[in-house]
Amino acid sequence: MTDATLTQTGREPRSAGALIGRRLLRWGLYALLCLFALYYLLPLFVMLTTSLKSLEEIRTGSLVALPREVTFDAWGKAWSGACTGIQCEGLRPFFWNSVMMAVPGVLLSTLIGALNGYIFAQWRFRGANLFFAFLLFGCFIPFQVVLLPMARMLGIFGLAGTIPGLIFVHTIYGLGFTTLFFRNYYVTIPHELVRAAKIDGAGFFRIFWSIFLPLSLPIAVVTIIWQFTQIWNDFLFGVSFSSAGSQPITVALNNIVNSTTGVKEYNVDMAAAIIAGLPTLFVYIVAGKYFIRGLTAGSVKG
Amino acid sequence: MTDWLSRHVPKIVLAPTFVAVLLFVYGFIAWTAWVSLTRSKLMPRYEIDGLIQYERLFASPRWDTALTNLFIFGALFIGISMILGLMLAIFLDQKIRIEGALRTIYLYPMALSMIVTGTAWKWILNPGLGIQAMVQGWGFENFTFDWLINPEMALYAIVMAAVWQASGFVMALFLAGLRSVDGEIIKAAQVDGIPTWRVYTAIIIPSMAPIFLSAFIVLAHLAIKSFDLVIALTGGGPGYATDLPATYMYAMAFSRGDLGQAASSAMIMMLVVFTIVVPYLYSELRAKND
Repeated sequence: MTDATLTQTGREPRSAGALIGRRLLRWGLYALLCLFALYYLLPLFVMLTTSLKSLEEIRTGSLVALPREVTFDAWGKAWSGACTGIQCEGLRPFFWNSVMMAVPGVLLSTLIGALNGYIFAQWRFRGANLFFAFLLFGCFIPFQVVLLPMARMLGIFGLAGTIPGLIFVHTIYGLGFTTLFFRNYYVTIPHELVRAAKIDGAGFFRIFWSIFLPLSLPIAVVTIIWQFTQIWNDFLFGVSFSSAGSQPITVALNNIVNSTTGVKEYNVDMAAAIIAGLPTLFVYIVAGKYFIRGLTAGSVKG
Repeated sequence: MTDWLSRHVPKIVLAPTFVAVLLFVYGFIAWTAWVSLTRSKLMPRYEIDGLIQYERLFASPRWDTALTNLFIFGALFIGISMILGLMLAIFLDQKIRIEGALRTIYLYPMALSMIVTGTAWKWILNPGLGIQAMVQGWGFENFTFDWLINPEMALYAIVMAAVWQASGFVMALFLAGLRSVDGEIIKAAQVDGIPTWRVYTAIIIPSMAPIFLSAFIVLAHLAIKSFDLVIALTGGGPGYATDLPATYMYAMAFSRGDLGQAASSAMIMMLVVFTIVVPYLYSELRAKND
């Protein structure tokens, strides 16, 4: 990966011209990389500045101009006053809906995934490989294919349009990935450890509890972040299986932005979008390393 | 008894997951497949009536648009994200001093919900106050950038937002791949005086074939499931111009009350995923067991 022409130390540069050329190339490279950084940052910048402007200033000013007068009115309205249809309570109730949906959903799917992964990695039995393959395939199905029967089933069990219903759905369809994460992690722990523990009389749960669980912190963090991002950002299940009172924040945000009543308040839309994105953005910034590890583990399978 | 129990504990613990997957993944797929063969409208009916729903589906111009859109969107989204991701990864791999910060910036969109991304881009691209108005305000009064409301171009607006969201992730995948190439081979090539670009095209990139495949699978999967972004950005419009199979299915299921069409379009989506993912999963699992 070292760049031969740029970082050669052994040989003298062939000429002053070549040296200048190399330096120019280097500057060009940095300029290009920073230009791309601007491209990725621009939407966030525009969202933030728009959310701090008054509607008047939005109408008269430029998209990328800094706010002349900073006002937090739009943030207040997005949080507690914007209309998501007929009710105008802002994002606040939906934010808590998402929290109440995500926390149990993440914990349940992670815990079950850890146990499953432990079994697949260390307690092989006949047919385990086949079952694992079927479980893995379940990660890939387009959820549209289970949408209709799930809606009916939730209705039959009285869970339609409720937060427990959404927790259930997210737990079930999260299990494939959580199991995969833990299985791939536990597979690296030598089987001799389990064998020795068994000889010492430790059972299935005892081995899990005192040997595997204490080793699990890194993979647990990866899994929790992955699941949290998935559940918090979900829209399809949220919009299909919730009712007015139990909608997650992504659905509420979409309703605020697309509600057709009254004047279009772009500043409120942008503040609402940032509020909806903040929890996952926060997780990414404080635990980016684990976030990336989950992403790459989720894509490099097996 | 306790002996039997202790021998079978792993299977007992795994049983609920087994039942859940059997029922909620495979059972539900079977249910959808069944309903796709019936004349179900608002309520599901269970008398099989052949391939009538599929005939209706492929006779529908709206579905035709949705499927064509999926292939255009998928090809552009996957192609551009891969090229951009690879390019950024190679550039970042040149001992860049601020690599950590740049990586963080390139990747953060992946943490956002597609609804948030869609909302942001909808604002930026809106002709009245967004980029178009901004450039016109600079004095270029004939400048037009109305992709969002132009039926011919709206799909490309979605590609733009989707690439923004996912290309950083492809960059991270490729960067990890570049770092895992054996350094000795590269050093040997450099000692032989082979220019850097040749080292990349002849040695490093060919050795990353598995990563290209992974990136392709993930992006293809994202493209087929794309629903949120379309809903937030265009709502499938103008007209049906940016409908994708996922939005078609949703409209049939929840606003048109046409379960037969919803089920058959979901099955086609499933089929597309199947043809891409199954060979991949098969080869991955086989490689593992060898």
